[in-house]
Amino acid sequence: MSADKQRSPRQRVWHLARLGGLVLGMFAFGYALVPLYGLVCDITGLNGKTDGIQLQDSVAEAPDQDRVVRVEFLTTVNNSLDWGFGAETNAIEVHPGKLYTVNFFAENRTAQDYITQATPSVVPWNAARYVRKTECFCFSQQTLDAGEYKQMPVRFMLDPALPPEVTTVTLSYTLFDATGLAQAAQ
Amino acid sequence: MSEHHDSHHDDHGPEKGIMRWIKTTNHKDLGTLYLWFAFIMFFIGGVMSLIIRLELFSPGLQWVNPEFFNSMTTMHALIMIFGGVMPAFTGLANWMVPMMVGASDLALPRVNNWGFWILPFAFTLLLSTLFMGGGAPASGWTMYPPLVLQTGDAFPFMIFAIHLMGISSITGAINVIVTILNMRAPGMTLLKMPLFVWSWLITAYLLIATMPVLAGAVTMLLTDKYFGTSFFTAAGGGDPVMYQHIFWFFGHPEVYILILPAFGIVSTIIPTFARKTLFGYDSMVYAMASIAFLSFIVWAHHMFTVGMPLAGELFFMFATMLIAVPTGVKVFNWVATMWRGSMTFETPMLFALGFVFLFTIGGFSGLMLAIAPADFQYHDSYFVVAHFHYVLVPGAVFSIIAGMYYWMPKWTGHMYHEGLGKLHFWLSAIAINLTFFPQHFAGLAGMPRRIPDYAVQFTDWNVISSIGAFFFFIAQFIMAYNWIVNCVMRKGAPATARVWEGAHGLEWTVPSPAPYHTFETPPVISESEITAVHDEPAAAPSRA
Ligand code: HEM
Ligand SMILES: [Cu+2]
Repeated sequence: MSADKQRSPRQRVWHLARLGGLVLGMFAFGYALVPLYGLVCDITGLNGKTDGIQLQDSVAEAPDQDRVVRVEFLTTVNNSLDWGFGAETNAIEVHPGKLYTVNFFAENRTAQDYITQATPSVVPWNAARYVRKTECFCFSQQTLDAGEYKQMPVRFMLDPALPPEVTTVTLSYTLFDATGLAQAAQ
Repeated sequence: MSEHHDSHHDDHGPEKGIMRWIKTTNHKDLGTLYLWFAFIMFFIGGVMSLIIRLELFSPGLQWVNPEFFNSMTTMHALIMIFGGVMPAFTGLANWMVPMMVGASDLALPRVNNWGFWILPFAFTLLLSTLFMGGGAPASGWTMYPPLVLQTGDAFPFMIFAIHLMGISSITGAINVIVTILNMRAPGMTLLKMPLFVWSWLITAYLLIATMPVLAGAVTMLLTDKYFGTSFFTAAGGGDPVMYQHIFWFFGHPEVYILILPAFGIVSTIIPTFARKTLFGYDSMVYAMASIAFLSFIVWAHHMFTVGMPLAGELFFMFATMLIAVPTGVKVFNWVATMWRGSMTFETPMLFALGFVFLFTIGGFSGLMLAIAPADFQYHDSYFVVAHFHYVLVPGAVFSIIAGMYYWMPKWTGHMYHEGLGKLHFWLSAIAINLTFFPQHFAGLAGMPRRIPDYAVQFTDWNVISSIGAFFFFIAQFIMAYNWIVNCVMRKGAPATARVWEGAHGLEWTVPSPAPYHTFETPPVISESEITAVHDEPAAAPSRA
C-alpha cells in the first residue's frame, strides 16, 4: 500500500476520533439549543414571553395620561379538567406607567386536589417586554384543592416605553395541571 | 499455495449457511443485507400506505378507527424513511463505494456488521408497538409534543428504536467517510472521485451532524415524560415550539440525506446511457456541498405558521429559495449531459429520466411552499403531502430502483429482463402520478393531512389517488419477479464485465459477478477511466 492517498493507521485512528468528537459535539449542541432558544426569546421578547421579573410593590408610577391602551384578558384551561378559570373583566383601558389590579379566579369543581401552574403569554410580541407585574399567580405554582374557589389578583403596569403603534395588548394565561411536575420536583 | 488458502479461508470465499450473514464483515455481503432489509421495510411500509389509501378511498370512516389511522401515517413515514430509503442508500454505498474508489472493503468492517445488525432490532422494537396497549405511535413522524407525550406503552419503544436507528446511521456514515478519505486508490484525487462517492461523502457528514441532534430531541421527550423535566412542557416553563426548532434543525438536513445519494446515482447513470461525460462535474460537487450547507439554515420553513416575527419569516423564506439555485444547477447539468448524446433508454436510464422530470415537479411545489405568506394556506394540507412524495417516491425511491437495475448485473452476473424492466418503469411512472398529482388539488382545495375522514367535495381526487396507490404497489411485483428470478436466481442472460457499453469507473473493470474480494491491492487507474467520470478537458479539443 504504497499509495499517496492511503494514510497510515495512526492517521486513521485520529480521523475516527475527530468524527466521534463531532458526533458527541452535535449531541451536546442539541441540548445547547435549549438555553440558546431561551436566550433569544428573552432578548427579543419573541414568543410572547414576558421578562418574568417581579417588580417591587413600591415601583414608581409615572402615568402617561395622554395615552390609553386597551388590555384584554384571555384564559384557557389546558387539561380537559372540570375547572373554572377566568378574569373579572374581559378588558380594561389603561394609561402606561400606572399600576392596575385585575382579579382572576380559579375553581376546582372536581373531588381531587391539584397543584396548578399558569403560563402567561403576550400578544403582540413586541409588547411582551413592556408588561410589568408586581403580583401574579403565574409567578409560582398554586394549590387548588377539591371544590376550592380562589381569587387571584394580578397587579401590573405597561411600561411607558411601549412601542407607539401598540394600541391593544392581550394578556393570555393558560392554566396547567402541574401536580405531577410538583411531585417529581420533591 | 493451497495450504496458504486453507489457513486464510475467509480471504477467498464466504462461509456457508446462516452464520455467513450474521458474522460477515464483507462489504458486499453487508450491502446485500442492507438492501434486503430495505426491501422488506418498503414492503411493510407499503402495506401501511395501502391501509391509509383504503380508508381514504371514500369519505366517512369505513375500515379503521381514527387512532389506528394515525398510527399508520406515523409508522408508514418512520419505516419508509429510516427503514427503507436510508438503509437502501447505505446498502448501495456498502456495495459501490469501496469498488468505486478501489478499496478492498470499508475502513471498519466489524463496525459495519454491527451497524447493520442493530437495524433489525430497532425495527422489531418499533413494529412491536403495533400490539401494545394504547396502540402504536400516532403523533406523526415529527413527534411533536405535547401530543406525542400522550402515546401509550409504545412511547419508550419508539424512542429507543430511534436511538438505535441513529447509532446505525452514524456508524455507517463514519465508515463511509473514513473509507473515502483514507482508502482511495492512488491517483484518485478528491475531484476525480465518481459523483456517487461524492454524494455519499456529503451525506455522511450531514448524518453525523444531525442524527445526534435528533437523538437529543427524543431524549428530551423521554425525560419530559418519565423523569419530570420540562423541556417542552409549558406547565414547567418549557416550550413545545422549541421542540419544533430542534426537530427541524435535524429534519431539514434529513430530507437532503434522503436525496443527495439519489443525485449521485442519477449523475452516474445519465452519462452512461447518454455516452458522454457528465456535464459540469465540478459544479455538481459544489452544488451538493452548497445544498448541504444551506440545509442547516432553512429549517423554520416547516414552521412558518408558529408565529415567527416578520424578519424570521423573510430570512427562512429567502434562504429556502436560495436552495433552488444549486438544485437548478444540477437539473441543468443532467439535461446538458443528455444534449446531443447518443442516448439509449434501458431501464436504469428510464428511471433516471423519470427522476429528473418528477423530482423537478417536487422542487417546484417546494418553492411554492417556501413562499411564507402562501404557506399559511398550504401548511398541513395535502399539498405538502404531494410535495414530499414527489421528491421522495419518484425522487429518492426511483433513484434507488434505477441504481438497482444498473448495478445488479454487476453484483449477480446476470441481466434482468429488459422488457419487464421497461414495463415496470412505465406502470410505476403512470401510477405514481395518478397517486400523487391529485393530492396537489385536494390540498389546495383545503384537505388537511393526517385525517382519516374528509369532506365529500374531496372524494374524486382521493379515489384517483387510492387507485394509483394500489396500482403502484402491484406494479412493484414485476420488479421483484424480475430481480429475484433473473438476477438473484441467475436465470437471466449472463452479464459482461462492463455490462453497459457506456459505463466507466473502476467497478466495471472487475468481472461480473464481482468476486467476493476486489481490489485487495490498489488498482492502477487508467487515464481513460478517470477522464470518463470527469469532464476536465485537460487537452480537450474546443468544440468549434
Ligand atoms: C427546492 C427544494 C425544496 C424546497 C424549496 C422545499 C420546501 C419545503 C417546505 C417550505 C416545506 C414545508 C411545508 C409545510 O409544512 O407547510 C417542505 C416540506 C417537506 N419537504 Fe421539501 N422542499 C424542497 C425539497 C425537498 C426534498 C429534496 C425533500 C426530500 C427528499 C423534501 C422533503 C420534504 C418533506 C418530507 C416535507 C414534509 C415534512 C413534514 O411536515 O412531515 N423537500 N418542503
Ligand atoms: Cu425542509
